[in-house]
Amino acid sequence: MSRVAHARLPAVALALAAAAAQAGFGAAFAEPADAGLDAQGQLQNPALQARFEHIAQELRCLQCQNETIADSNADLARDLRRQVREMLVSGKSDDEIFTFMTDRYGEFVRFAPPLSPKTALIWGAPFFTLLLGGAVVYRIVRQRSRMPLDE
Amino acid sequence: MWKFLLPFTAFVALIVLFVFGLSPTRDIHALPSPLIGRPAPQFALSDVIDPSAVVSNAALKGQVYVVNVWGTWCAECRVEHEELLAISRQHVVPIIGIDWSVDHGPGERDKAKQWLERLGNPYAQVAFDQEGRTAIDFGVYAAPETFLIDRRGKVIFKHISGMTPEVWEKQFLPRIAAAREGA
Repeated sequence: MSRVAHARLPAVALALAAAAAQAGFGAAFAEPADAGLDAQGQLQNPALQARFEHIAQELRCLQCQNETIADSNADLARDLRRQVREMLVSGKSDDEIFTFMTDRYGEFVRFAPPLSPKTALIWGAPFFTLLLGGAVVYRIVRQRSRMPLDE
Repeated sequence: MWKFLLPFTAFVALIVLFVFGLSPTRDIHALPSPLIGRPAPQFALSDVIDPSAVVSNAALKGQVYVVNVWGTWCAECRVEHEELLAISRQHVVPIIGIDWSVDHGPGERDKAKQWLERLGNPYAQVAFDQEGRTAIDFGVYAAPETFLIDRRGKVIFKHISGMTPEVWEKQFLPRIAAAREGA
């Protein structure tokens, strides 16, 4: 019984998130006629639209630097969304689209840059800090456990 | 000993980080362009002044030239215009303008024409990028941006924001001279 409930939970959450995202996108951006768009400015193919939303959340609007191109209303963000849609419609893979963007704007255009020697510090820092904190806590706890208890 | 040394080392490391990270000469918005050292994107767009003519950088292969991405909607472009005029009078390199129509409207072309008639035209040619695709190919995110391209068609330098006499003399002229000597 509980196993069934657990299995369902992610699916429900996913559906809710997708619905919320779609409502947000449709309302915020009624964009000018692009190839393969319906009246709400969404790609007619729902699978492509889902990929579009994922990619747009992953790309930084360089005009405003801390917004995604999905969230931003800047002209450049609008043009980059058009670019992503067109590439999806023409059958390009997600990787090809990300490569197109990083070839022009650099790794900074991605919110989650892929793991490479240059980005190892960014990806490694949280784990390193966790280890460091763990070591400090371990030392403190061990020292305290050695202390006499008569306070 | 460790109790003193460890925090002290961390403190020194932080100071070094702050000195470099918060340096007032460092522009946090200026991003390194992945285009440097790579072939300049090809474009063939209609001419702002004569819509029936085509402006293409394929024709410029074999010479050092400058590409300046601008628009009449861009305040900083108005500021740098005087300097571009001064540069064009030096006749060092041709400046190719790319008029970026951010709203994708055809109105930008007329505004650009008027702008050049009123203020003077520093450009050897001005291309009309109505759809903003060439701007994307050049990785432009904040006009004006100015690119220096060598004889083999490679991008060798990019300057973000307005051109100034200092930037031209210190960043562009030495690179132009070097590009002419080599290759």
